[in-house]
Amino acid sequence: MRDILPFLKSMLSAPGLSGFEGPIREIIQKEWEPLADEISVSRLGSLHALKRGYAPEPRSKLLLSAHMDAIGLMVTGVQDGLLRITEIGGIDDRILPGQLVTVHGRTDLPGIVVQPPAFLLPPDAGDGPVARQYLLVDVGLRPKDVAENVRIGDLVSFAQVPLELSGDTLAGHSLDNRVSVTAVTICLEILQRRLHDWDVWAVASTQEEETLGGALTSPFEIQPDLAIVIDVCFAKGTGGSDWRVLTLGEGIGLGWGPNIHPALYKAMEEKAIDLEIPYSRDLMPRMSGTDATAVQIVREGIPTAVLGIPLRYMHTPVEMVSIKDIKRVGRLMAEFISDLKPDFIESIKWED
Amino acid sequence: MTKNTKTSTSKVPQIGKIQIELLEKLCNAVAVSGDEQEVRQIVLEEVKSVADEVKVDALGNVLVTRFGRGEKRPRVMLAAHMDEIGFMLVKDDGGGLFEFVTIGGIDERQLVAKSVLVGQEHLPGVIGAKPIHLTKKEERKNTLKIDQMRIDMGLDIGSQVKIGDRASFATRFELIGPSIRAKALDDRLGVVNLIELIKHSPDNIDLLAAFTVQEEVGLRGARVAAYAFDPDMAFALDSTPAMDLPVWESDDNNVNYNTRLDQGPAIYLMDAATIADRRLVDLLVKAAEAEGIPYQFRQPNRGGTDAGAIHKSRAGIPSISVSVPQRYIHTAAGLVRQDDWVHTLQLMHAALSRITSDTLKR
Repeated sequence: MRDILPFLKSMLSAPGLSGFEGPIREIIQKEWEPLADEISVSRLGSLHALKRGYAPEPRSKLLLSAHMDAIGLMVTGVQDGLLRITEIGGIDDRILPGQLVTVHGRTDLPGIVVQPPAFLLPPDAGDGPVARQYLLVDVGLRPKDVAENVRIGDLVSFAQVPLELSGDTLAGHSLDNRVSVTAVTICLEILQRRLHDWDVWAVASTQEEETLGGALTSPFEIQPDLAIVIDVCFAKGTGGSDWRVLTLGEGIGLGWGPNIHPALYKAMEEKAIDLEIPYSRDLMPRMSGTDATAVQIVREGIPTAVLGIPLRYMHTPVEMVSIKDIKRVGRLMAEFISDLKPDFIESIKWED
Repeated sequence: MTKNTKTSTSKVPQIGKIQIELLEKLCNAVAVSGDEQEVRQIVLEEVKSVADEVKVDALGNVLVTRFGRGEKRPRVMLAAHMDEIGFMLVKDDGGGLFEFVTIGGIDERQLVAKSVLVGQEHLPGVIGAKPIHLTKKEERKNTLKIDQMRIDMGLDIGSQVKIGDRASFATRFELIGPSIRAKALDDRLGVVNLIELIKHSPDNIDLLAAFTVQEEVGLRGARVAAYAFDPDMAFALDSTPAMDLPVWESDDNNVNYNTRLDQGPAIYLMDAATIADRRLVDLLVKAAEAEGIPYQFRQPNRGGTDAGAIHKSRAGIPSISVSVPQRYIHTAAGLVRQDDWVHTLQLMHAALSRITSDTLKR
């Protein structure tokens, strides 16, 4: 298989914050077009790619849902040529000071997130972590030029360049969830040479980080029989080493909890064992924190599974992933789909 | 022998493509205090064709002499430090994770979620952070301490990285509008200016250029460089904070800005380490006003430069500092105006050209 890294890196350099996925969608669409029989864009901006199955019609449909939106910032005000900001998606304020960003004004403007000195802030506001309301973004322009180029509501993306680190790992921003889009792409590529029975609907969904809007609406339109949601899960790194974390590079996560249909979980697990793909049970005791939370309850309900790609430092600009784990998820999906019998849905039932 | 053996180059130094590329190379190099080799190599390469004498001393300072012409030439020392703030890896936790400490003054709150370059090979690494999803709200009110952080080099790093290796922020030099965004502008701006001043040294002085080491850990290079040069007077070329940001929800003026961008070179009057020599203040102000070069006085307050060590050397050396104002100094990404850089270089050249044997007369 060809090297997937250039595609992944091109996605990491493209803006696409929640609700503003246009630029990233275009890149994915270009990549998916040769791999799909039909491609379309949903009313909320999700990308739908259909790879038709080979069983006679009516065919069963499988949904692969990976969100393409990323976390970032939005301009809330301009003061003396400096920008005030709020968050899109969940961001720990403490990671912001000193970050390189791109402000998407009339043109793209490189900038820096600024932590003002304590003497410019209210008493005590500057002592510990400085709250986001006090932070600024400096785009290096004089106030008059800032006023002409930046408005309230302009988007701000992280600008950390992707870094290839040791041991087949990659660090950067927006790996959550562009790595899952990459895994879906790998799956579609493998399927080019397979006579699979089921229709496969690959979806790059929108607004996962804020509203789950894409994940609620695309399955309504597609009406799949089964769904697999692909997202990142926590990998052990600095800080955070409780039951919620997996080990980077040592296998994928199989989501387990109320958002996941146990029979589909079992089928995925058996396939992983078959293929000798290492995995861990990724415990999601309540909501999964993924598209699955929405997908599962669309229309009359959809049996759903969650595949996780372990990721260090989630929701920072230095998220880190093992390329091996991305390929594992892509391969597991492709092999699972290749072996789906036309009547597989009959086996997804409750044991009682 | 004190005689000029090099041909004089053009008169006033300029900032063009060549100088910007040199500054880019200098800023992207990694030279944390105590390990200045990378910048030293660039400096030696730049000065070898224009210097009358070049020496690397016991601490690693590069000492360059450029002789003037004529009688009674004052011996004028200029110092710019080659070292930058950064990190040292101090403990290998296995799995590519390294405990580290800071070198020079760095706010811990500026560290987390940044990329770094480690060792002479500039291997990339990141300073990771616990995901927001796994932290509690109360926890996020606490500053992340450096001993809670690790530099993460990725899996299977093996022996490519080892404890004792230095690291710096990984920010790449970039021109943005009228500004420059880069790491280590403190004090690669001084270094590039000093290189240009050597190349355009006026004939009325003997120029004694010290590219110093270990400024960020206690002005140590400057001390021995001043002793060795034994100059009549000295100028430290550095960079100083511009804290010219708005006051939160107030119409009050920011009265503690230190310096402001776009107001020209910052002439020192007093900092925590030096009281500037008044005769040199006058020299700089007169030169600026005669040439129409903008300037500002740095607000007398904290901080220090190589001048702090130089002025107390031997029997005492009249000294002053001139800095390029810089926002966000000692963080991953500093920001300066190109105009302030140009004006600083012009001011220094104008001032040096005006030095006579009477400059220090009382």
